[in-house]
Amino acid sequence: MSNDPPKLLLDDVHKAFGPKVVLNGLNLTLHKGESIVVIGGSGTGKSVMLKCVLGLLRPDAGRIQVDGEDVVGMGGGKRDRVLRKFGMLFQNAALFDSLSVWENVAFGLVEGAGMAREEAREISLDKLRRVGLGPDVAELSPAALSGGMRKRVGLARAIATEPEIIFFDEPTTGLDPIMGDVINHLIVECVRDLGASTITITHDMSSARTIAHRVAMLYKGRILWIGPADRIDDSGNPYVEQFIHGRADGPIQMEVLKT
Amino acid sequence: MNPLAIVGRVVLGFLNTAGKLSIFTGQAVSSCFAPPVYLRLIGRQLLAIGYYSLPVVGLTAIFTGAVLALQIYIGSSRFNAESTVAFIVVIAITRELGPVLAGLMVGGRVGAAMAAELGTMRVTEQIDALVTLQTNPMKYLVAPRLIAATIAMPLLVAIADIIGVMGGYLVSVNKLDFNAATYLKNTFDVLEADDVVSGLIKAAVFGFIIALMGCYHGFNSSGGAQGVGRATTNAVVSGLILILVANYIMTDLFFA
Ligand SMILES: Nc1ncnc2c1ncn2[C@@H]1O[C@H](COP(=O)(O)OP(=O)(O)O)[C@@H](O)[C@H]1O
Ligand SMILES: [Mg+2]
Repeated sequence: MSNDPPKLLLDDVHKAFGPKVVLNGLNLTLHKGESIVVIGGSGTGKSVMLKCVLGLLRPDAGRIQVDGEDVVGMGGGKRDRVLRKFGMLFQNAALFDSLSVWENVAFGLVEGAGMAREEAREISLDKLRRVGLGPDVAELSPAALSGGMRKRVGLARAIATEPEIIFFDEPTTGLDPIMGDVINHLIVECVRDLGASTITITHDMSSARTIAHRVAMLYKGRILWIGPADRIDDSGNPYVEQFIHGRADGPIQMEVLKT
Repeated sequence: MNPLAIVGRVVLGFLNTAGKLSIFTGQAVSSCFAPPVYLRLIGRQLLAIGYYSLPVVGLTAIFTGAVLALQIYIGSSRFNAESTVAFIVVIAITRELGPVLAGLMVGGRVGAAMAAELGTMRVTEQIDALVTLQTNPMKYLVAPRLIAATIAMPLLVAIADIIGVMGGYLVSVNKLDFNAATYLKNTFDVLEADDVVSGLIKAAVFGFIIALMGCYHGFNSSGGAQGVGRATTNAVVSGLILILVANYIMTDLFFA
């Protein structure tokens, strides 16, 4: 590792919604070119963590740095400049349904970077081809697409501006295993080609194994365990063991079982 | 529970909403005057708000003008019916019924549509996605709707005025056997520019209120499909009530 600051640093981040504590002293460091997969049960705050970084939610306490620059509470033009470094695939793709598929993919280029529509259209068609969608799909409305296609369009939109840091929020959830694997490989390829640093959230262990350099497990608002992807099976951590094997009994008690 | 605590909670809740709405209004208005201006989106909203409301507003206006003529004729037949009908129809339509009825109809139609669309964008994270793509949702979503509604409503009401007066004319001439030329002469004799202009100013304010309520409730919706439904209802109800309140205040100011 060089002396450059990490691409992304979360330091003791706290976030609560009313009485409900979601993030409780979360620490995470993402290095340049690194791919971290974050695992953890539903509702543990994985999406909230990403939204705090992007400034969609404001953490109650803690520090978030992008390339060594503090971003919490940043606003207006400064925040847009930082956001330009990011791409985000939302959990349910969050495609704009008033726009066609190619306009969705081109959105960051046209509105964010101010590119001419024609040029942006070419790039968008090229990104769509990268995720296996032909020009016939480009003119469709997102409402006409299947779940797998929506995820792929969301992926194309996330990589369209060639960002330095990309977040994938549950990219394979709700897809059949084959489509899931297609998406995993697309992510690996995109990251390799762009040299981007990524955080991927998933429940899917095969996805984690395909994508990750490091795997982090989020539990009760903190990173409970983080280690290289090939150490996940002998983490020696009973929480991680329980999660990756999907057992109902173990140290993690589901809320439903307690009541 | 302590009655004071209940009063306190209600007052705090009201102040909280009023504060949030004021901040939203401030941001929304200032975003209308800051670049970038999305002309394409303003155009699309003008079509959705103005053009597609024409049938509803036109039908409302023609039947209102017609029924006014009938009612006034019944009420005033003992006096000088022929001039009274023309007089009251044109004044009532231009000053009050044109803007208010158009406001209520468009408020139901457009306020609901805006709240549902923005509410769905909120709960499906499309608004978050806009932000991550470095686009200010106030400028991209709210400003075009506010601008378009504020422009479209006076245009709609100008048309509604004409159609409403025509409704009164048709009934008066065809059913009440008034003389057509006299009716028109009576109409234009009493009509003053202030009557029309005050109605159009009201219309612009109503347009602003409709879009503001639609956007505010849509923007702040949460909790899935149910939340969007709630936002839609709240947008329409609050929009219509605010139109009636604003109408009273403006009438008081204009004609006091
Ligand atoms: N905007 C919000 N307002 C209130 N509560 C929220 C909000 N966003 C998330 N939460 C709560 O935070 C918790 C974590 O949510 P999330 O990060 O989406 O979970 P996940 O780990 O499945 O992505 C959930 O209990 C959710 O109800
Ligand atoms: Mg999530």
